[in-house]
Amino acid sequence: MLSRVADSLYWMSRYLERAENTVRQLDVTMSLLLDPGETSPEIRWQRLAKSLGMTEDIGWAGDPDALARRLVFDPNLSVSVTTCVNAARENARQVREEISTEQWQRLNRLYHQMHSPHALAQFRSNMNDYLASIVDGVHLFKGVSDSTMIHGEGWQFIRLARHLERAFATATLLEVYQESLLNLQDREHSGYQYLELVGLLRSCTSFEAYCQVYTADLTPDRILEFLLLNRDFPHALRYSIDSIRQSLESIQNNGGRRPPDELNSVVGRLQSMLRYTTITEVLEGNPGAFLHSIREQCKQIHDLSYRYYVQYSIQSALAV
Amino acid sequence: MTVTPFSDSAEATSVHSDGVPMQIEQLFRDYPIDSAFDEMRTATGGIRPHYQALLETLAGLPPEELLRRKQSADLAFLTQGITFTVYGRDEGTERIFPYDLLPRLISAPEWDRIERGLTQRITALNAFLRDVYGDAKILKDKVVPRSIVYSCKHYRRQMCGLQVPRNVYIAVVGSDLLRLNTGEYVVLEDNLRVPSGVSYMLTNRRVMKRTFPQLFQSYGVRPIEHYPQMLLNTLRSLAPEGRPEPNIVLLTPGVFNSAYFEHTYLARQMGIDLVEGRDLVTHDNVVYMRTTDGLKRVDVIYRRVDDDFSDPLIFRGDSTLGCAGLFNAYRAGNVTVTNAFGTGLADDKAMYAYVPRIIKYYLDEDPILNNVETYLLTEDKERRHVLANLDKLVVKAVGESGGYGMLIGPHSTAKQREEFASAIKANPRNYIAQPTLDFSRAPCLFGDHLEPRHVDLRPYILFGDKVNIVPGGLTRVAMEKGSLVVNSSQGGGSKDTWVLE
Repeated sequence: MLSRVADSLYWMSRYLERAENTVRQLDVTMSLLLDPGETSPEIRWQRLAKSLGMTEDIGWAGDPDALARRLVFDPNLSVSVTTCVNAARENARQVREEISTEQWQRLNRLYHQMHSPHALAQFRSNMNDYLASIVDGVHLFKGVSDSTMIHGEGWQFIRLARHLERAFATATLLEVYQESLLNLQDREHSGYQYLELVGLLRSCTSFEAYCQVYTADLTPDRILEFLLLNRDFPHALRYSIDSIRQSLESIQNNGGRRPPDELNSVVGRLQSMLRYTTITEVLEGNPGAFLHSIREQCKQIHDLSYRYYVQYSIQSALAV
Repeated sequence: MTVTPFSDSAEATSVHSDGVPMQIEQLFRDYPIDSAFDEMRTATGGIRPHYQALLETLAGLPPEELLRRKQSADLAFLTQGITFTVYGRDEGTERIFPYDLLPRLISAPEWDRIERGLTQRITALNAFLRDVYGDAKILKDKVVPRSIVYSCKHYRRQMCGLQVPRNVYIAVVGSDLLRLNTGEYVVLEDNLRVPSGVSYMLTNRRVMKRTFPQLFQSYGVRPIEHYPQMLLNTLRSLAPEGRPEPNIVLLTPGVFNSAYFEHTYLARQMGIDLVEGRDLVTHDNVVYMRTTDGLKRVDVIYRRVDDDFSDPLIFRGDSTLGCAGLFNAYRAGNVTVTNAFGTGLADDKAMYAYVPRIIKYYLDEDPILNNVETYLLTEDKERRHVLANLDKLVVKAVGESGGYGMLIGPHSTAKQREEFASAIKANPRNYIAQPTLDFSRAPCLFGDHLEPRHVDLRPYILFGDKVNIVPGGLTRVAMEKGSLVVNSSQGGGSKDTWVLE
């Protein structure tokens, strides 16, 4: 497969995952703002900005609706939904012959939904519905991707990108929230605190899944255990890293180069760590540093696979 | 959204069961016949024999049924994403290519003549290119003046003395034919650089087959669906020596090119990679493409990028669409690029006037397909005549295509004529003039009746081991009433072309 094609498929997928993440976290934050709670709206907003990895500094001006609107529609914000959907579509357009017509149509529809003259009015009249419709659009795209595309090298790049973006986002979210989360540890928590915990789980669409495993008894250590170490839940970090490993192996089996030892060892090490570490060990150590190192390793996986499959130097390739 | 083909029984039974069949008079209620040749009707209003069955089918269908088929065909085009790009707009830059539902029919003897004529013409033009970039005998013999060759903006001195694989310069050609009021087919121009439109020919056929299945079957239409395979074989036959399993790619300028849909379509149909200039690198005069499996050698490039943009080291230095070093790799014989560079020399509109002499010179034959009468404005006498008759003639800039840079005398304003007159005087080599042709018209479907529209015909010719022409080609239609311009960039449409057994 051409490196440029792999590149476009990868970023198409990453940007859509990022759009979904922005929508979900925004939705949760907006609903938490409805309850007075112990955390001030300003702190909530700052946490949201941080966990989205927003590089621009847009301060709290007391109007959550205006900020939400920017987070959805502002094309100058790097993490806004519009920015992500535009970038995803532009990447898809470059490789139209590689993706299915269904994929293209879904993505196009999502794009036109964002750019429709009625979009802002719809957003104003019912923000929840509007945000839900965007998540629907992304889900539809992922569904047709999985059911209409050959699960060959191209699809594996899409999957690799999806899980890398997700792992990175989940690790960032947990890193931002872990301190306040663990402070709750010893206290009997109030109704407001319960809402906070539900919010954290909902940011990863994992509230119901959590309840199936642990019942509705929400405790910070279990939440952390679930989002970090669960083997079977698609939004848990361990699941994402397992998927990344599988995708890299499949890329190699489908025509791509064998991943270099460096890449193999970064992924393998991270995978083993999430598989064999217990939550007690994480909590006894430094959970913040632990989460931070996961983020760093995700970045490394991206850099290495990029350097190896897409942006390799001609000299190195000729030497082989 | 799926499009189901019409069952044959619907076509047979709907005549009497579903609404009132149309009458032939009704179909022809807005169908003037004048001096132009009509593909369907004779000068006295009769129906040409090979169109009889088509007309009967139409007359037998209730208007609602026709409408239904039209809508279904629209949907098929839409869902297949058969679009072209319109320049100069930010959003919604992709449009559906307009088409007409009725096929254009060509009888076997007519086609036989076209096929022989084009084979002759392309063989001669290829010999001409080989000669001009080689020994230049035709220039020494003064059959074609040197001045016209060396002043052509598509002449590439870099090609001189270069051996091209199998001596094939023009592997993929699309020539435009018109039909005069005598019924004779003539060649209007040759496209020897990067002819486009073949994807519309193929998709038109696919849609027509399910719109009129029974009619199609009863006519015995020659197939064209093997074009991509023929193209692939042609490309393979031109691979450099010693590359038995050549890696063939299609080089596109990218997503912003108006024919990008066609590039993706052909690449997919042939199962080859669609590459852009930035995917290619050269090293030691070998071209490689960057893949996830490292660098992979490229053997044959089907080039859909103009000469000028192909290699910044040799041609335009500011182009990022091509690949630096491509030309040297080509010169070294390590990669085949087709069509060759500099082929635009032979489709220059001034050179066109010499094509009959070129055919005679190399093949010692008379042209089977004639040219349109052409005035060379570098000749004093001809220029004077043209300047005095601008309102009756068509003037074309020699280096342009796609219907740009053209003056259609009878449809022009005094101001436009003045502009062209001064442009001609300033640079006579840059223009040619031709009589305004009353070329043939074919019936097109408008709602529930037929109207005639001007059509041309672009057959696609492949030249590898031998000359191959798929029967038919793209019939382009000037969709506006009375218009003579069929180019897709100027509001032209297309229709399917059926060559009969």
